[in-house]
Amino acid sequence: MTQSSATELPGAVPASCDAAAEADQPPSVARRRVLKGALTAAGLVLCLRHSGRIALAGTQKYGAAGEPGGVVDNPLVFVAIHPDNTITVTVHRPEMGQGIRTSFALVVADELEAEWPQVRVEQAPADQARYGNQDTDGSRSMRHFFEPMRRVGAAARMMLESAAAARWGVPVSEVVAEHQQVWHHGSGRKLTYGELAVQAAREPVPEADRVRLKRPDQFRYIGKSSSRLIDGADIVAGRARYGIDTRLEGMLYAVVARPAVLGGKLAHYDAQAALAVPGVVRVVEIPSHPLPALSYPLGGVAVLARNTWAAIKGREALKIRWDEGPNGHFDSQRFETVLQQAARRPAKVVRNQGDAMATLRDAGRRIEAEYYLPFLAHASMEPPAATARIVDGHCEVWAPVQDPQGTRDLVTGLLGLNESDVTVHVTLLGGAFGRKSLADFAGEAAMLTKAMGGTPVKVTWTREDDIRHDYYQAVALEHLEAVAGPDGLPVAWLHRSASPTEDATFQAGAEGEDSSEYGMGMINIPFRIPNVRLEVPGVPAYTRIGWFRSVYNIAHGFAIQSFIDELAHAAGRDPLEYQLALIGAPRRIDPRRLSDEWNYGESPQRYPFDTGRLRAVIERAAREAGWGRSLGKGRGLGLAATYSFMSYAAAVIEVEVGAGGKIDIPRVDIAFDCGPQVNPDRVRAQLEGSCIMGLTLARYGEITFRDGRVQQSNFNDFPVLRLPESPQDIRIHLQPAGFEVPLGGVGEPGLPPIAPALANAIFAATGRRIRRLPLATQLADWRA
Amino acid sequence: MASTLRINERSISVEAAADTPLLWVLRDELGLTGAKFGCGMGLCGACTVHVEGQPVRTCVTPLAAVQGKAITTIEGAGHDPIGRAVQAAWLALGVPQCGYCQAGQIMSAVALLRDTPQPTDADIDAAMAGNICRCGTYPRIRAAIHRAAQQLREAR
Repeated sequence: MTQSSATELPGAVPASCDAAAEADQPPSVARRRVLKGALTAAGLVLCLRHSGRIALAGTQKYGAAGEPGGVVDNPLVFVAIHPDNTITVTVHRPEMGQGIRTSFALVVADELEAEWPQVRVEQAPADQARYGNQDTDGSRSMRHFFEPMRRVGAAARMMLESAAAARWGVPVSEVVAEHQQVWHHGSGRKLTYGELAVQAAREPVPEADRVRLKRPDQFRYIGKSSSRLIDGADIVAGRARYGIDTRLEGMLYAVVARPAVLGGKLAHYDAQAALAVPGVVRVVEIPSHPLPALSYPLGGVAVLARNTWAAIKGREALKIRWDEGPNGHFDSQRFETVLQQAARRPAKVVRNQGDAMATLRDAGRRIEAEYYLPFLAHASMEPPAATARIVDGHCEVWAPVQDPQGTRDLVTGLLGLNESDVTVHVTLLGGAFGRKSLADFAGEAAMLTKAMGGTPVKVTWTREDDIRHDYYQAVALEHLEAVAGPDGLPVAWLHRSASPTEDATFQAGAEGEDSSEYGMGMINIPFRIPNVRLEVPGVPAYTRIGWFRSVYNIAHGFAIQSFIDELAHAAGRDPLEYQLALIGAPRRIDPRRLSDEWNYGESPQRYPFDTGRLRAVIERAAREAGWGRSLGKGRGLGLAATYSFMSYAAAVIEVEVGAGGKIDIPRVDIAFDCGPQVNPDRVRAQLEGSCIMGLTLARYGEITFRDGRVQQSNFNDFPVLRLPESPQDIRIHLQPAGFEVPLGGVGEPGLPPIAPALANAIFAATGRRIRRLPLATQLADWRA
Repeated sequence: MASTLRINERSISVEAAADTPLLWVLRDELGLTGAKFGCGMGLCGACTVHVEGQPVRTCVTPLAAVQGKAITTIEGAGHDPIGRAVQAAWLALGVPQCGYCQAGQIMSAVALLRDTPQPTDADIDAAMAGNICRCGTYPRIRAAIHRAAQQLREAR
């Protein structure tokens, strides 16, 4: 990557990369690295060198403080109280179905003593300096901002109390805020928040350590499930506005023909027929950026029209010849062999205790298995879409993006503007699941409005565009070997995980999982095994690798939890009893003792691996599911448990396999420990959704490549679970926890145990071991 | 081509090519963005509206096919008691996550309840199989349809 490559983009300017600031980052902050890469090609390598791989002792910041923008807890930024006594809470993290607009608002409202029906929400634009970190991934929103949002609400409440005390000329100790009014004990006088708003805003903001928070037993909304969904009424009436719904005066509608092969470039195009389509206004070339892909637009040819349909028809009429570039040979079927070979050879060791290799060499009872998981597309129901315009040199973007500041930085760089000349309005996201962390589609809209002299342009991706130009969940081949001791428990464990790294999207030639990637459920196995060796082969990426809900935990969780089930059966032991024996007694393990330096960016003291909590969710799920009950032929129960994003999840799935491999799932029991639940109903919703998404990828999800091209295109050949295939009964069992327990993540950690629980259930039902996903037609020859 | 459409009990004139899918007429020409684009092939149901009371996929329904017919979109779903009951059940059970597919889900559910006031699980499976939700709200959709059916029964 050279600086000159960046200049091929209109107005792309190198920006400085603050290496000193980067040095404070936890190691391998791959999931937040986007904006640096997008800012400047020249700076990227420098940034990676400082932030990507090197753990720096002493200066490490954890949690929210370790994220770009950190934490802001100033009530003046987040709370507006209006004279009519309504309250607006500004939510700075994007809403993609996790319920954060509702949940942040209820946290603020609770500490503020606001009346929930009076609370409205406003979505913050991209401005990390003002709002703190906005990059919504890693199941971090509530984990990082519960306490700050409490302080926001409580500080605002104290300011209202001070204002009332001043108005009445009484000591502040004699007044109390309750139910959106401030009362004076002695006189019974009261003022509404609306009446105090102007004066309260002039009161000094209390320091964070002076803010009086409620006791948890005083919470009215936090921890309850009674708060209405803030966008619910708009959604059911068709009023909710997603990115794709943006409409501006005089707007043009664009669709883009992009190179089918990553790294491909436009060789020649003929727009004559496209321009003849009624409604088509212009055809515009978007330059391709050299690899690595970053979050830049892929380039290609855009058709701009008076409506979406004309743009689609116009694109169909384009005649284009592409130069395919270096990835035209990529074939995912052949690549499986590459992964297999890599996983069968010694590779980079990332954790080593005892002497696993010697034990494996000498032992009699060696068990070996390989698991394969394909590429996956996110397929959020709202395909990528974005709208942009430029007025008087100021670019405004409306887009459904998980990383608002990253989008702003991308547009700033692409258009050669100052940050202050770019506004990114964050719309509702019609699903995202990691795809909308990288806003190449918003970059397209910005480049097109610039090409059109500032005329508003909405870019809409068709489903085919979405499936074929995703940032894919990485393919993985997981190789495991173990030697069982006399009791059947392993005395040696070897795991090689061969999977392209997401880093390759940002750094040409990056190979193999990085510390945050093998940090997701591979390196930190807490099992009582004396000899453990974990290795990560370097394998290349030939497509854009991205983040998919729970990311590398999917492959690691599937392989490890399937393998343990295999070991249990080989030992003739019950899988539940076996897994509990493998975990051993409850203990709190410093993740660094498991060679896990990443720990999701969290403090190892605050967030140790608590095997007692893991045991507890396993025992709860098993108990609730009636583990051990006798089932008829073709039916079985499967168990799997994972720890990810600081939360513990266990699933027991009951499956019935019918003739021809027909899968029926009467019941799923999920036990979950994320510490205290701020909005329990939304926690349940996320777990239900994780279950459905986990079943989708277990049964159907697969993206394949031939000649560098994605072979799937729409829901006909990339099917997702439909309602009739949904489990009849999903039971969510939330582990109780007090608010002194640090919060865990919610959006992602429910997903990893689902696929292995299903595979283990299928084994219990049929004796068939599923070692590759998706299940698809693997059981087609099964006779009930 | 100028067409006259009857949408949500109002008569509206639009200028669009006869082969234009109704979805893009609603969204781009009329600003009725409640019906969503999800697949463009009638595979996902996000674009569902009612034409003469029947659920149709507007992404594959040309404008010429709906001339003069009564069209109800999600924006008009609250005009009748079944629509209101379904919307209320959706809110009571907290069905939506991202919400993007829910307009289509609701339109399919309303059509089901109009034909089958007390649907079984099998009826629901059959009626809702064409509507994809990637967030995975299916269990709550099923429960909400039963709840709406019960509310409508009690209201009679």
